[in-house]
Amino acid sequence: MPSQEIDIRYVAKLARIALTDEEVEVFGRQLGDLLGHVEALSELDTASIAATAQVVESRNVEREDVVSGCLERERVLEMAPQAQGVYFRVPRIIAEET
Amino acid sequence: MTQWESVIGIECHVELKTNSKMFCACPNEFGGEPNTKVCPVCLALPGALPVANKIAIEHMIRAGLAFGAEIPEFSKFDRKNYFYPDMPKDYQISQYAMPLTQGGAVRYWLADGSMKECRLTRIHLEEDTGKSLHAGTTGRIAGSSHSLIDFNRAGVPLMECVSEPELHSADEAIGYLEALKRTFVQLGISDVKMEEGSLRCDANVSIRPAASTELGTKAEIKNMNSFRSVHRAIESEIARQIEIVQSGGRVVQETRGWDEGAGRTHTMRSKEQTHDYRYFPDPDLVPVEVDRELVESIRTALPELPHERFARYRGHLKLTPAQATQLIEDAALGDYFDACVSASGHAQQSANFVLGDLARLANENRMALYDSPVRPEHVGELVRMVESKTINSKIAKDLIARMWAGDGSPAAIVEREGLAQSSDVGTIDPFIDEVLRANEKSVMDFRAGKTNVLGFLVGQVMKASAGKANPRIVQERMREKLG
Amino acid sequence: MRPVIEQSAAELARAVGAKEISARDVIEATLAQIDAVDGSVGAYITSLHEMARASALAVDRRIAAGEKMRLAGVPVAVKDNMCLAGTRTTCGSKILGDWIAPYTATAVQRIIEAGGIPVGKSNLDEFAMGSSCENSARGITRNPLALDRVPGGSSGGSAAAVASRQAVVGLGSDTGGSIREPAAFCGVTGFKPTYGRVSRYGLIAFASSLDQIGPLARTVEDAALIYEVMAGHDGMDSTSIDRDVEPAVTAMRSDLRGLRIGIVKEFDTGKLGHEIDALYKRAFADLRKLGADLVDVSLPTAEFGLATYYLIAPAECSSNLARFDGVRYGLRVDGADVGEMYERTRAAGFGPEVKRRILIGTYALSSGYYDAYYVKAQKVRTLIARDFQRAFEECDLIACPAASSPAFGFNAKSDPYSMYLMDYYTIPMSLAGLPALSVPCGSVTGEGAHEPLPMGLQLCGPLFSECALLGAAHAYEQASQHAKEYKLAI
Ligand SMILES: [Zn+2]
Repeated sequence: MPSQEIDIRYVAKLARIALTDEEVEVFGRQLGDLLGHVEALSELDTASIAATAQVVESRNVEREDVVSGCLERERVLEMAPQAQGVYFRVPRIIAEET
Repeated sequence: MTQWESVIGIECHVELKTNSKMFCACPNEFGGEPNTKVCPVCLALPGALPVANKIAIEHMIRAGLAFGAEIPEFSKFDRKNYFYPDMPKDYQISQYAMPLTQGGAVRYWLADGSMKECRLTRIHLEEDTGKSLHAGTTGRIAGSSHSLIDFNRAGVPLMECVSEPELHSADEAIGYLEALKRTFVQLGISDVKMEEGSLRCDANVSIRPAASTELGTKAEIKNMNSFRSVHRAIESEIARQIEIVQSGGRVVQETRGWDEGAGRTHTMRSKEQTHDYRYFPDPDLVPVEVDRELVESIRTALPELPHERFARYRGHLKLTPAQATQLIEDAALGDYFDACVSASGHAQQSANFVLGDLARLANENRMALYDSPVRPEHVGELVRMVESKTINSKIAKDLIARMWAGDGSPAAIVEREGLAQSSDVGTIDPFIDEVLRANEKSVMDFRAGKTNVLGFLVGQVMKASAGKANPRIVQERMREKLG
Repeated sequence: MRPVIEQSAAELARAVGAKEISARDVIEATLAQIDAVDGSVGAYITSLHEMARASALAVDRRIAAGEKMRLAGVPVAVKDNMCLAGTRTTCGSKILGDWIAPYTATAVQRIIEAGGIPVGKSNLDEFAMGSSCENSARGITRNPLALDRVPGGSSGGSAAAVASRQAVVGLGSDTGGSIREPAAFCGVTGFKPTYGRVSRYGLIAFASSLDQIGPLARTVEDAALIYEVMAGHDGMDSTSIDRDVEPAVTAMRSDLRGLRIGIVKEFDTGKLGHEIDALYKRAFADLRKLGADLVDVSLPTAEFGLATYYLIAPAECSSNLARFDGVRYGLRVDGADVGEMYERTRAAGFGPEVKRRILIGTYALSSGYYDAYYVKAQKVRTLIARDFQRAFEECDLIACPAASSPAFGFNAKSDPYSMYLMDYYTIPMSLAGLPALSVPCGSVTGEGAHEPLPMGLQLCGPLFSECALLGAAHAYEQASQHAKEYKLAI
C-alpha cells in the first residue's frame, strides 16, 4: 500500500471542490485514518485473483438503434442555473481541457 | 548539414452514422435547433443511465475488419473523468483498457501512385461532447467573456482512430487521412465531413536526424479544420522544429494550435498539463463479448475497399494514379466504371469516356453520371465501336451527347443512321478522287514537297464522307494516289 | 376493522379493489397521519398531498373501470433519491436546489402503474451516504420509536414513515446497508434484492455497482409484494437482470423445515455485549424451533468488507457525482471562470460526508494509486463473493445481525469511521450482490435509553434466492411477532 500522506489539495482540485484550510486539515486527517484502516487489505494475497467490477455477470446488453422522444427544450432550459436564449450559459472557460 | 526526418502520428475522431446516439435514443443528426436533441441520459440528469447502441458496436467491428485489426473477444467501456462544461456527466464514456479493435493498418497511396502503409494502434468507441460557443470578443476561447452550450451533439457515437507514428510527410498524412475517410464512407459508417465536425484530427509531430530510430520530442497540433489546413499545419510545424533545432534550440513537448490566418502554429499549453483522467470500468455498462459469428458475417459482407480497388485499377486495369483516385473518390462512380469495363472489355478507353466527356456532361448538368440516362452497357457499346474502329472519335463525341439526351443504345443509333465508319477502299476511293479533283493546287503543292497539305486533304475526305471514312485508310490511299 | 393506516398493503389493495374503501379515503387517512405526526418525526423532505389526492382519484377511476391493481390505493413513501416526474428531488443535498425531476424512475413507475400512490419524498443521508439521516441537508429525521434517536440511514425517512404509519410501504435504496440498517432501527422489515433485480433507472446513483432499490414494510408479505411489482428487467438499465421474477408473495411459508441456516463463525455476537448477544442467540434458537438446521459457516474475508467498500463505493461516487457541476441544473455559485464556478458550487452544495467520499474516491482512482486501492479492493471483492459461494454450499440461507447496535442518539458518532462501522454486517452482502433483509427480532435497552429499542435479524441468501429468503423471513416473523412489541413514541 502506498503512503498515507495525501496531497489533499491536489485531490480536491481533481474533484473540483474548493476546500478551506480547515477542511484541508480535517479531511486530510480523516482520509489518512481511513487509508490506515484500508491498509488491512494488504494482508490478503490477491496476486492471482480476478477483479470484480460487477457482481452479477452479464454481457452484451445493447439497444436497437431506434430514435424516440427527446425532452422539450423549454423544460430543459428551465432547469438551467443560467440560460441565454436557447443555450446554457457558463462563465468563461479558461483553458482547453480536452 | 543534418538531414531531418519528420515523424507524424494522427489521432482522428470520427462520428459514426447511426439513427440514435451512443447511449440514448435521441437522434444522431447534424445541426438542428440548439438543445432540442437531448434527453435525461445525454443531458446527464440525475439517475439516468446509458445503454449501448448495437449498431455503433457493429460499425466499430466493420472499421476494424476493414483495416485488418484484431477484434478482441472481450471489450468494455471505461470512464474518462475530467470536468468540461459541454461534457454533461463530467466524464466521458470511452474505451481505455480493452477497445473494440486493436492494431491493423491503413493502406494509402500518394499522388505518384505509390502504396504506403501506416499501422493503427487502436480504434475505440466513445461519445461526443456538446458544443461550446465562446461569446464575447472573437468567438475564440481566449478573451471570451462567457460560453454558451448546445448539448445536441453530446452522446453522439464517436470512434477514435489512433495511428502509430509512421507518417513522414504532410503528403503522407493527407494520404492516410484520405484513405481513412474513403474507407469509412465506403463502409457506410460515417459521413466524414470535416466541415460538420464529423471528422476531427490532431497530429503529433516530431523530427529526428534521418536514419535515427529514436523519436524526437513531439508537439501535438490541434485546431485543424480541413485536410488543407492539416497539410499546411504539419509542413509549418516541421519547418518550425527544424529551425529550432538547427539554431541550437530544443523542441519542447506541448500542445500547439494551428492558426489558419497566420499560417503557423502557436503554443496552447506551454507545459503539458498533468491529466489524471482516473479511468475505471464504467459500472453502468456491461462488457461486450464479441460474437464470432457476427464478426464473420460482417467480414463476409465487407465491400471492396478503396485500397483494394486502387490496386486493381493500377495493376490489372493499368489506369493512371489520377484516374484510379478519381474513380475511387466516389465509390458509386467506381462501380459504374466497373460495369462499363465489363461491358466494353477496355479499361483505358472506358476511363477516358467516364472521366472525360461523360464527366464533363455530368458536371455541366450537375448530376452524377450514374444517375444520368447513360447506362454502362451503352458506354460499353460505344467503347467497343471506337476500339473496333466502327466509328471515329468525332462520331463518338456526337453519340455521347445523344446518349446523355436519352437516345439510348449508341449501337442502335449507328445502325439506324448508318454512321458506321468505312474502311472499304471501294467506298472511300470515290471521295478521294473527288477531293483531289477539287483541290488541284494542294495536289501540286504536295508534289512540290509541301507534304503538310496531306492533313488538309484527308480532312476534306472525312468531311465529304460525313466522317464515316476510316481516316487511316484515307491517308494510305491518298499517299498512294499522290504517289 | 383496524384503522386504515394500520393495515397492510395487501389488505388495503384488496379492500380498494373490492370497493370496500376508496383510494381517496386511504390517502386522506394517510395524509392526516402525516399532518399529525411528521412535524415530530420529519420523515419527509417533500410531502405530495396534492399529487397524492389526484392519484387517488385516478386509481378510483381505474377501479371503477374494472382494472385490477396489485397496489390499488397503497400509500408509498419514496426515498428522495428517486425521480418522480413533476416533484422536487433533492437527494438530501443542497446541490440539487429545487430541481424538479422531468421523468420518473422505473421502479417508481411500476409502483404507480400497479396503483401505488406516492405520498411523500422521504429523507435520507445526503446522496444516500450515511447510516443515520444526520447527513441530510434537508433536516433530521427522528426515530418514531425513540424520538431522541436516529432512524438509521440512509433510507431513514422511508423507514420512519413506514414505522409511524405515514405510509404503508416505503422505497429505499441499499448500497452498503441503507435499507437493512434503518429497517432494524425503526422496527420494520427492509429488503435489498439481488443486485440488478430492480432497475436503477431514475435512482440517483451513489455507487453504481452496489446500489439497489428495495422495499421497507411492516410485514414481510408487503415487502414481497412491493418487490414483485418493482422487480424485472428494464431496457433503460444495462445492469438490470433479464431473468424471470418468481412470484414472491406466494412463497411465504409457515416453518423452516428442511432449511439449512448458516451462522457465521466470524460474526461472533459475543462482541456486541451480553444483551445483544442473548437476543441473537434467542433469534437463532427460534429459527431452529421452526425446523431449520443451524450450521456453522465461515466467511473468512468478510471482515475486509468495510475496507473494500470504503474504496469501491467512494471511487464510483466520485465519478457519479461529477455531474453536479452547476451547468445544467441545481445550485450554482458563480465564479470568475468555469473552474472557479465548479469549485465554489461543489464546495457549497455538498456536505462534509459527501465531500469526504468524493475525495477518498478521487484519490483511490488517481494516477499511481489505482492499482493499489481500487483494483485491490475489486480483487478482495472477488474473495468475499467466493466466501459466500462456499458458505452456500453448506447452507441455504445465512442469519446474522443487521446492525451491531440499536438506534443511537443524535451526534453520537462524530468520528466518520465509527459511523462506517454501523454497516459492518450488511456490507459484505452488498459487495457480493446478494439478496438480504432485516426482520424485527426483538428489542434491547440501548445505552441511556428510556425505552426498549428494536433490533433486526439479517437473513441473506445466494443470488436470486429472493423467494426462499422472503419465505423464511415470513415464517420467522409470524412465529415471533416481534413487531407487536414496538411502541411508537408519538
Ligand atoms: Zn439523449
